[in-house]
Amino acid sequence: MNLKAIALNTFKEAVRNKVFYLLIVVGILFALSSQIMSMLTIGDKVRVLKDFGLAAINFFCVLIAIFTGINLVFKEIDKKTIYNILSKPISRSNFILGKFFGLALTLLVALVSMGVIFYIFLLISTGSFDIRIAVYFLMLYFELLVITAISVLFSSFSTPILSSIFTIGLYFIGHIVWTFNEFKHVLQDKAFEKIVAYSIYYILPNLEKLNIKNIIVLNTPLDWTLLMNSVLYAVCYISAVLILAILIFNKKDFQ
Amino acid sequence: MRKEVNMKALQIRNLKKSFRSNFLLKTYQILKDIDINVEEGEIYGFLGPNGAGKTTTIKCILRLIYPDNGEIEIFGTPHSQLASRKKVGYLPEHPYFYDYLTGKELLLFTGRLFSISPKESASRADELLRLVGLENKKDLKLRKYSKGMIQRIGLAQSLINDPDLVILDEPFSGLDPIGRKELRDIILSLKGAGKTIFFSSHILQDMELIVDKVGIIQEGRITREGKLSELISHSVQSYETLFSGLDEAILKEHKIQFQLRDRNFLVVSPGKEEANSLIQLITANKGNIISVSPIKMTLEDIFLKELK
Repeated sequence: MNLKAIALNTFKEAVRNKVFYLLIVVGILFALSSQIMSMLTIGDKVRVLKDFGLAAINFFCVLIAIFTGINLVFKEIDKKTIYNILSKPISRSNFILGKFFGLALTLLVALVSMGVIFYIFLLISTGSFDIRIAVYFLMLYFELLVITAISVLFSSFSTPILSSIFTIGLYFIGHIVWTFNEFKHVLQDKAFEKIVAYSIYYILPNLEKLNIKNIIVLNTPLDWTLLMNSVLYAVCYISAVLILAILIFNKKDFQ
Repeated sequence: MRKEVNMKALQIRNLKKSFRSNFLLKTYQILKDIDINVEEGEIYGFLGPNGAGKTTTIKCILRLIYPDNGEIEIFGTPHSQLASRKKVGYLPEHPYFYDYLTGKELLLFTGRLFSISPKESASRADELLRLVGLENKKDLKLRKYSKGMIQRIGLAQSLINDPDLVILDEPFSGLDPIGRKELRDIILSLKGAGKTIFFSSHILQDMELIVDKVGIIQEGRITREGKLSELISHSVQSYETLFSGLDEAILKEHKIQFQLRDRNFLVVSPGKEEANSLIQLITANKGNIISVSPIKMTLEDIFLKELK
């Protein structure tokens, strides 16, 4: 019950911030500007339309996730609003989870607003309705949730500047971390290097698992088993990161 | 049930807390040994200079800070249990609330944190807004509230759950004299409704007017705790006797030090016996006693004496 109260209040905070609307509007404008890009392209115009449009929505949603997420817990501590919350009968774990779900709801609203407008725009421009793009948005949403969980974790013990550096860093590494799994072919007889490569691969978030833009844009068939595995991976990763955030947060003294 | 076993509203035993400075180099012990006993239905004044550990103690009670050692019980329930905070209201020092909420929204949100139904929260919120005189400002965002208004809305949110124990950290700071008077009245009306109030302050005047019991904290230790009436009645420092019609020589003969006030003599006797023998001396020599006044310690005197 009080988890829901924290989540709804976090959502209220985000939607009462003008920057939130600004990012959504700019995101939509960028996505729609894919029309111009496709006009300048020789060849598959629909592909460019989708490629550029989805990339714009992705970028602005990630921006909202990181910059709202890194402030989520830190701001409560810095502005001392946390004293008023944790002095009530609410557990610290419920506070962290409430904050996470509040931002998850915010991102859902941002993604759905951008997605619906982009869908209408595609329907007008191409005359076809590609249901696969909805799958892309779903997978993007799980990626955003992973990023949110990571930013909540950093936000619970470090300043927004450090948190943003860590989270942005992990976001980019998250998209290339799959390469460490490929090292097994190169590092066949080097045990230590193999352990390091595997550790990095398993500890850091493998965000590329959730990125199906190329499959959508290139019209290759969707592998539903792989998608289900990716969703399961995201859920497990989010749970692990949030548990770690709660463990750290549980030990904190609010002086 | 509570009254049968004479349960304490708040009991703190042997509380200790230290903090590490940056880079783990040095440890500062903020709370060295805190024992506090707050009975049900009383107003407890928690007195101490800045930096003595008042806010740290309060934060330990509410588990915003984890104690190193010691026991804290709220109505017999250990403070480590979430349930112990269900019947507690808390107003932090310099309260900070979500400034994007309106006054009424803050109260409704706080109600939800206590799992109070929205309907009950709404009616309670209206009642509290009236109590703190903010019913006309209920739809104004908190970022537009003045410092005094924030303190009032803070008090209102601390009462949303109809708490049995109200903990107020420096509630008088930032209030003008009228606001202080109103807050004193609210505290007294809460006591009238059977609530227990625990508040810290360094404004002795306000404290002296309303508290039943005082705990003085100094450098992380409770140096004195007791009923205000006992602390003050046991603290008659001296007796001032004002009289006339006596020869100076008699006073000098008995080695009594005196001051001249107009044409009257003023003698300060350190104790009851000395005052009695002086009165006998005056009456025996047909002098006129104008007044005998016991000079009591004020809370401020007690406080300053403890600090020395």
